[in-house]
Amino acid sequence: MEWVNAIVQGTLLGGLYALFAAGLSLIFGVMRLVNIAHGDFIVLGAYLGLSVTTILGIHPLVALVFVVPCMAMIGYILQRGILNQTLGGDLLSPLLVTFGLSVILQNALLEIYSADPQKMNAGALETASVSLGDLSLGVLPLLTFGIAVAVIAALQWTFYRTALGRAFRATSDNQEIAQLMGLNRRHIFGMAMALALAVTAIAGIMLGIRTSFDPSVGGGRLIFGFEAVIIGGLGNLWGTLAGGVILGVAQTIGAKIDPGWQLLAGHIVFLAILAVRPNGLFPRVSG
Amino acid sequence: MTAFLQLDQVSKSFGAVTVAEDLSYGVQAGEALGVIGPNGAGKTSMFNLITGTLRPNSGKVWFDGQDVTGMNAAKRCRAGMARSFQVPQPFSGMTVFENAMIAATQAAGLSGQAAEKFCLEILEQTELLDRANTLAGGLTLLGRKRLELTRALCAKPKLLMLDEIAGGLTESECASLVKTIKDIHARGVTIIWIEHVVHALLAVVDRLIVIDFGMKIAEGEPKAIMQSPEVQEIYLGIEADA
Repeated sequence: MEWVNAIVQGTLLGGLYALFAAGLSLIFGVMRLVNIAHGDFIVLGAYLGLSVTTILGIHPLVALVFVVPCMAMIGYILQRGILNQTLGGDLLSPLLVTFGLSVILQNALLEIYSADPQKMNAGALETASVSLGDLSLGVLPLLTFGIAVAVIAALQWTFYRTALGRAFRATSDNQEIAQLMGLNRRHIFGMAMALALAVTAIAGIMLGIRTSFDPSVGGGRLIFGFEAVIIGGLGNLWGTLAGGVILGVAQTIGAKIDPGWQLLAGHIVFLAILAVRPNGLFPRVSG
Repeated sequence: MTAFLQLDQVSKSFGAVTVAEDLSYGVQAGEALGVIGPNGAGKTSMFNLITGTLRPNSGKVWFDGQDVTGMNAAKRCRAGMARSFQVPQPFSGMTVFENAMIAATQAAGLSGQAAEKFCLEILEQTELLDRANTLAGGLTLLGRKRLELTRALCAKPKLLMLDEIAGGLTESECASLVKTIKDIHARGVTIIWIEHVVHALLAVVDRLIVIDFGMKIAEGEPKAIMQSPEVQEIYLGIEADA
């Protein structure tokens, strides 16, 4: 039973990792940009949530109403103002620029909020649980997992059922032809980054309710996000959810064997999958 | 400038390779212009210069009464230019219908049901309606050529540029494609058509220009041009009897 419990808890934890990874997956899928600052944007989302909840005295989940559009706007401006200039040529320039952004974000957050660990107070939600047979499931992890599924379903719907999604896919398929079809690449990329950071805002708030955070935790979230994306297969959003779940389960089972093994177990499973299936478990089938 | 599309002394070179040299000609609204010339003469580069994929080193491109020389490809497309590619370049991970919808929504500015209805009409015209939900990457060569045409038409072009769209097709495939293009021209769309399959070209175009080494070496009535000594020389043994 303890093992079943570890697997279920790990699955729910995977929801959070999928939220970390979804924005990363989307950005890479649309514009082949590897955003090194992604983890720091998750932390930025958490801090924005903290500020909004403290100033307005509202529940962190209600703060989403403010933080999500705010992060989306930051994403659009960032893409049009900086990142678009780095795309198109060498892969190195976007890597260096997002690395620089990561350093800037960490230090700016340190300057504003100090290095003290912070946490958002979600009240009774944090400790509430439901019993399912012998299992006791936290309401917060369940909610996080539910939100992750909803976010991925919404992104999937956007990609395959809307004009914007079609534009994303066309640009990702063949940029030059997309330009000739009248698509404004700069705007499309801006919209993709806006959407990615909107999802990142949700990830940040869920992170901030679940655990304490400080300006330096972005790097670790970035690694979890990367691993989830790569385990699932690049460009496959449902695969990213599966990747998050696999990573989460590996970590909880590792922790069950020995508490010090939690992170190591996740990385080992990641390496093992990469060795056997270099393209991930569910790579997108190209036409 | 009076012509609908006007190239005014356009020159472009990549290092020692010249793809356009002092290239000037005009296309009137509603006209169908054929372009011939040997491989590597600069015909496709000329399309790239017109659509904005390439910028000329000197000279100007005028389209529909405005100087578009400094305009990017997306803007020129929305202004009414659309082209097909010699080697079909569909969005291969998307369906035929979605490929058409990209052009209809982004280039022609349609949306919702109007866009869907318009795409279905064009797909019927280009005889791809029964393949609408096929992934574009899974089409045959004729299918992909037809998709090139579909996508260009869904952009509601005022100027349609076709790049060797009949190349590699069988006689009957070619004939049905020629009929489709004739119909499009009959509706008043201005066409520039680069083609090696001369008999297909002659069935549609009103005027012919010949390009070699990036220069215009002949221009005029198609039959007369085909019989001129320069063209006979270039095409000797290739299509001299077309």
